[in-house]
Amino acid sequence: MSLRSTARAFPTLLRVGFADAVAYRAEMLVWVLATTMPLVMLALWTAVARDAPVGRYGQPEFLAYFLATFIVRQIAGSWASWEMNFEIRNGTLAMRLLRPIHPLWGYTAEALAAMPMRLVVSLPVAAIALAVVSSRSVTHDPVVWALWAASIAGAWLLTLLVNFVVGCAAFFVESSVKVMDAWLVLFFVLSGYLIPIDLFPAGVRAVVDWLPFRFQIGLPVELMTGTHGRAAALGLLARQWAWVAVALGATTLAWRRGLQRFAAHGG
Amino acid sequence: MIRVRGLRKHYKVHERPPGLAAALRSVVRRRYRTIAAVDGIDFDIAEGERVGFLGPNGAGKTTTLKVLSGLVHPTSGEVAVGGHEPRRRSDAFLKSITLVLGQKQQLLWDLPPGETFELNRAVYGVPRAQFEETLKELVSLLELGDLVTKPTRTLSLGERMKCELAAALIHRPRVLFLDEPTIGLDVSMQVTVRDFVKRYNERNGGTLILSSHDMEDVARLCPRVIVIDRGKLVYDGELQELVTRIRPDKRVVLRFSRPVDRADLERLGGAVVRHDAGESVLLVHKDAVNALVGTALAGLPVSDLTVENPPLEEVMSELFARGRTAREGAAT
Repeated sequence: MSLRSTARAFPTLLRVGFADAVAYRAEMLVWVLATTMPLVMLALWTAVARDAPVGRYGQPEFLAYFLATFIVRQIAGSWASWEMNFEIRNGTLAMRLLRPIHPLWGYTAEALAAMPMRLVVSLPVAAIALAVVSSRSVTHDPVVWALWAASIAGAWLLTLLVNFVVGCAAFFVESSVKVMDAWLVLFFVLSGYLIPIDLFPAGVRAVVDWLPFRFQIGLPVELMTGTHGRAAALGLLARQWAWVAVALGATTLAWRRGLQRFAAHGG
Repeated sequence: MIRVRGLRKHYKVHERPPGLAAALRSVVRRRYRTIAAVDGIDFDIAEGERVGFLGPNGAGKTTTLKVLSGLVHPTSGEVAVGGHEPRRRSDAFLKSITLVLGQKQQLLWDLPPGETFELNRAVYGVPRAQFEETLKELVSLLELGDLVTKPTRTLSLGERMKCELAAALIHRPRVLFLDEPTIGLDVSMQVTVRDFVKRYNERNGGTLILSSHDMEDVARLCPRVIVIDRGKLVYDGELQELVTRIRPDKRVVLRFSRPVDRADLERLGGAVVRHDAGESVLLVHKDAVNALVGTALAGLPVSDLTVENPPLEEVMSELFARGRTAREGAAT
């Protein structure tokens, strides 16, 4: 489908996706609760920092960091790989392939459409808490906030594309869920989700700085909490978008190759 | 409209016997087997034809439909549908076809079917006025009523299939691929679906390719059949001709006003396949039917008489059995 036709159909895709996302109210709330790991880490790390700061992090800094992590995770999270894995394995991807719109646009619309309700439920609480309890630990530089906006878009896109690549693995192996599990293990440890990146030993940090995980969540959090000046932020942002480009290339390749193996099993 | 030459689709499947030892062995060393789901078939289908795909389970019917609709890439061969190569899935191609899979659904499970219709309108770029007109026609033909506003998950299987058909036809495709559209439906719903497909096709034209285990579906809708067995095309032609070729005999059912001896029936010619007190069934070659009927009416107390084709299921079983015998013969 041409980009123009896709753009014309996209508002309807978003509207229907939104209707689908709010079909189960209880499920939506449980889903938000399931993404509260940063709040658990917040309790843990503030307890650790009660007597003395850890690195540059005292209790207010940890508070700001993990509230920001919670917010970024709500915005930039994606779960498309599970859906793709399910649909490729049982053949229901066939129904998407029959429509004259690229299935990946469909997954993208669904990911976007699910966002408003997630944010309505979780964002006000976290944002108010951040502003009231720890506003001094949040950047006040408007340029950095502009860079943050670009970094959150990059984080969302990178996470979505990683989900696409891993989802496409279901074309090649029996199930891509384990591949995603392996990715998540690395993501949790190396992205700044559980431990701020600047608490890593210098040697590990040198590696982490070049891996994609940090750009999925750590970078927007660091920008929000004023870890970087403008120049450093710009450099990291360039690195993040380079990873987005790599992920886009990998998605295109995995999708094209994978589709040739699709068997549309199950009737 | 549809041209298929030397179509092959082979799958590599992992094989493992049951048991723990086999499970452990398969971790270290995998055994694969190549299965020829479709093994070199050729056919042409003209615009506006209604063609039935027949064959036992695993014959390759559904795989052929999936290749024709662009879902599955062929291993080799040449396929063209309306001048398009299906595997490329161009917009023009996708807008010209539809595929209804009886065992899969495109309806959004948690939303009313009306939302799926609206989604398809947007995705297929159907103008609003045309959409309203098509939907009105489909709602009327399928008697959808308020089904379009109920969540899909609350609909019965038959109601869902009616809505699936409507969703699949919103963009007015020129080629309809139907794969087991009546599977799992009760008899009255099967009739509803069959009648709808027939009436829709008569009103709107278009090419229809139907794959079904239900011989009645094919007999009612498709003058021409393509029979596939083990990935190979074993028959392509008129259904009636296939029946005549495989089973040139007719079933003559006779009902009597008083009991008749079996010996009297045997004298009529043909084979007596059932002989009860008031009713008997004879199998007679089609060319001998007139003579037998005349003799029976003249000499026996016949109160009712019908002449039937053998059931299509029996015809197909015999066709596949002959194919098996021929293969076994060739192998030994």
